[in-house]
Amino acid sequence: MAVCIAVIAKENYPLYIRSVPTQNELKFHYTVHTSLDVVEEKISAVGKSLGDQRELYLGLLYPTEDYKVYGYVTNSKVKFVIVVDSSNTSLRDNEIRSMFRKLHNSFTDVMCNPFHSPGNTIQSKAFDGIVSGMMVQTASTV
Amino acid sequence: MESLTLTDVEQKYYSDLFIYCDTDNTKKVASNGRALDLFRAAQLPSEVVLQITELCGATRLGHFGRSQFYIALKLIAIAQSGLPLRVESLNSVKDLPLPRFVVGKNEAEARHAALYQDSDSQGLYPASAAAVMPRPPGRGLQNKKGTPSIDFIYLCFQPEPTSPVVSPQQSPPTSPPSWRKHKRQTSGGNVDRPAVVAPTGAVWTHFREPQAGPVPADGMWPSHSPPPPGQESWVSFTADTPPSIPGMHPSSVQESTTIRTVASAAMTNEIQRQSSGYDDPWKITDEQRQYYINQFKTIQPDLTGFIPGSAAKEFFTKSKLPILELSHIWELSDFDKDGALTLDEFCAAFHLVVARKNGYDLPEKLPESLMPKLIDLDDSAEGSEQTADVGYSGSPVEVTPSKSPSMPSLNQAWPEMNQSNEQWETFSERSSSSQTLTQFDSNIAPADPDTAIVHPVPIRMTPSKIHMQEMELKRTGSDHNHPTSPLLAEPPELSDEANLPASLKFVAANTVGDGYSSSDSFTSDQEPTTRQRSQSGTSPEALKVVAPPPPPPRPNASHSRSSSLDMNRTFAAAAVAGQPQSSTIAYPPAVPPRPLPTQAEGASGGGAALSTTTSPQQIPQQPNFADFSQFQAFAASEQPSSLPEAKGSGSGSGSGSGSGPLAPPPKPVRRRLKSEDELRPEDEQHGPQKSNVIAAVLATQPSIPRSVGKDKKAIQASIRRNKETNTVLARLNSELQQQLKDLLEERISLEVQLEQLRPFSHL
Repeated sequence: MAVCIAVIAKENYPLYIRSVPTQNELKFHYTVHTSLDVVEEKISAVGKSLGDQRELYLGLLYPTEDYKVYGYVTNSKVKFVIVVDSSNTSLRDNEIRSMFRKLHNSFTDVMCNPFHSPGNTIQSKAFDGIVSGMMVQTASTV
Repeated sequence: MESLTLTDVEQKYYSDLFIYCDTDNTKKVASNGRALDLFRAAQLPSEVVLQITELCGATRLGHFGRSQFYIALKLIAIAQSGLPLRVESLNSVKDLPLPRFVVGKNEAEARHAALYQDSDSQGLYPASAAAVMPRPPGRGLQNKKGTPSIDFIYLCFQPEPTSPVVSPQQSPPTSPPSWRKHKRQTSGGNVDRPAVVAPTGAVWTHFREPQAGPVPADGMWPSHSPPPPGQESWVSFTADTPPSIPGMHPSSVQESTTIRTVASAAMTNEIQRQSSGYDDPWKITDEQRQYYINQFKTIQPDLTGFIPGSAAKEFFTKSKLPILELSHIWELSDFDKDGALTLDEFCAAFHLVVARKNGYDLPEKLPESLMPKLIDLDDSAEGSEQTADVGYSGSPVEVTPSKSPSMPSLNQAWPEMNQSNEQWETFSERSSSSQTLTQFDSNIAPADPDTAIVHPVPIRMTPSKIHMQEMELKRTGSDHNHPTSPLLAEPPELSDEANLPASLKFVAANTVGDGYSSSDSFTSDQEPTTRQRSQSGTSPEALKVVAPPPPPPRPNASHSRSSSLDMNRTFAAAAVAGQPQSSTIAYPPAVPPRPLPTQAEGASGGGAALSTTTSPQQIPQQPNFADFSQFQAFAASEQPSSLPEAKGSGSGSGSGSGSGPLAPPPKPVRRRLKSEDELRPEDEQHGPQKSNVIAAVLATQPSIPRSVGKDKKAIQASIRRNKETNTVLARLNSELQQQLKDLLEERISLEVQLEQLRPFSHL
């Protein structure tokens, strides 16, 4: 269960960012922002075989004392960042991967919408629904 | 009943009413219930009503069928217009006004009637409208669910509380040319609606009825079309000039005195009625669908094609809905998430736009009636609950969400499936490559450069019957040392084996095991050999399976058996040697080459002589000899270079050994050649060993022909010796074969690895 989910555009501005504890959003925004550096680093590192399929899932970007940040990059350099709580029974890698896959699929659906121009913030209810499904279910969000 | 001719308007009206009354959807209207209410609402004296029911035949039937209902309605109209009730008057009365039903419970009818009335009867409308309007909107909230009460009006008015008449919208009445976002949000409760309604009616091309706009508009909703508002928006879509909108009335319906108002009310009413009656505000009526289809055609003439997202975007942007809402509508309606709209999806999207324009909130999930279906307009009345504000259920039909995810997942599954297909293709490629391997095998297998080994023989991967027979024969023949029965048993086993390579390898192994057969295979056409090899090369498993070759020919089998086996073998060998593909036993067994070379190299002449002499006697027992002699003779005769003696003997014995299998000269010759070649390479490979052995064998050979006198013993001795030689050579051969197999295996594995490593370009 994620604590914060963010979608960053190619130009590194957020297309969508949402965190569960609405009261500490800034912290998560900051975390996501700093994680972008790590993402960039990972992308460039894999640049050896550009033609070949680069692994979309970047894995754990960096852990902090409170939480862990996972990254995922699409082929169009759109980044997905998931922040999960460390105290959470550590989610298996597969679960994180499946979360990213769902995000990616949902994001693709949003992109297919002709009324959505890439570069705008994502305002799709379906996407919101998917994200909510992945967020931590705290008492407040019940 | 009498045939009833109705005008279009009447038809529509009546069908509308019928549907309204047909709560059970059984195409029958019970005498009680709505029909009765309806008739009562006609404000006719009850006896007239009774008379009418009688006339139309309902009393006979006990219920109102569609025709009865229509007749009844017409009679009501007749009665209302003061004409005497006569059956004949059904068709004779022209210009009969539509039956009017008083507001009351049947406000809808009243409204309906009002609607359908000519504009002249305006007076009625306002009254009815007024009567209707005042109804507390609240009431409308109830009965979504087909409650018999005709409270749709309330539904109509519901919008009132929700949507204040959109006065600004009023103004745009003139804006029909543009996309009027429709005010219908309030669902017609508003007077404004009428404005819209009117234009709607007029505008809507479908409804170019001779009558006033509203009427046709109403007529359009014979079935329960959900948001009648849609129609208004229709209007806006078509951008026709709004009819007299200016006359828009103040929001209060009560004040409406214009037809329009009534019309709108009626329309709303109608819609309400329908929706309440059928609980499916999202259903698309036929007219609406037709309209949508026409719009679809303007964008995409092919009804089975797609509308690309960009075109759809432009189109729907004209509706002036906020992009966010359009985006949501798109999400709902693009069922398969492909960025394009099929006809069904387009209709759903259009419908949602219309609904939205008319004030209905967009549902969270696509209502089932809007889901793209293969059949148009399924009649599944979903019990959509009304959304709180609109009174129409947003109908969050649970069915939809399940479908949406499945569709995208289906789409996503496709690439995977395609991938697997591709993988399958690669697999097949691999297997084909293995086939190529086998072809290579054929080139590799015979190490004899001289012999005409390399034929471009297509490698037969599947055992042909003939081939199998050959193999079997080879097998049986190869192991002459074995008792017949086991050998004979083996071929069936072989044939039973589904694994061709295995069997072939088995055969090959067999041949390997048996020096004769192997040599035969070598000497005989390359084909069988190659086939065997290729088979063996085909699959490593086959190789492995066949790894345990049949036991090398046991030299100590009984003579009789062996001889018979030899016969078989020679036959098989001959067949194999002679013709790869032909039926097997056509050729007489090629004489086992082994003894031949030895004899040829050695005292071939003697052998020949011996064979000739012994052949007639010992053919059954020692076909080898006979064959040998024959072989020798022929070979010798045909190979002056290497086998002078053999030739001599061959020629001598050739004629004599008629009893032996009449190996056609070429066969033995070829085999001879091959055996020679084989021996040569063998010699090369094994150097002196073989030659020593051969020499030894050969050395023993000459004795044979000499000991004519001691036929039996000598022959037996020579047989033994030959067998020993055979065994030795066979072992040698098997070893070489094994080496060959190993190499082939390696090659195959390397090829496989190569295939695996090669990037899949098609992925």
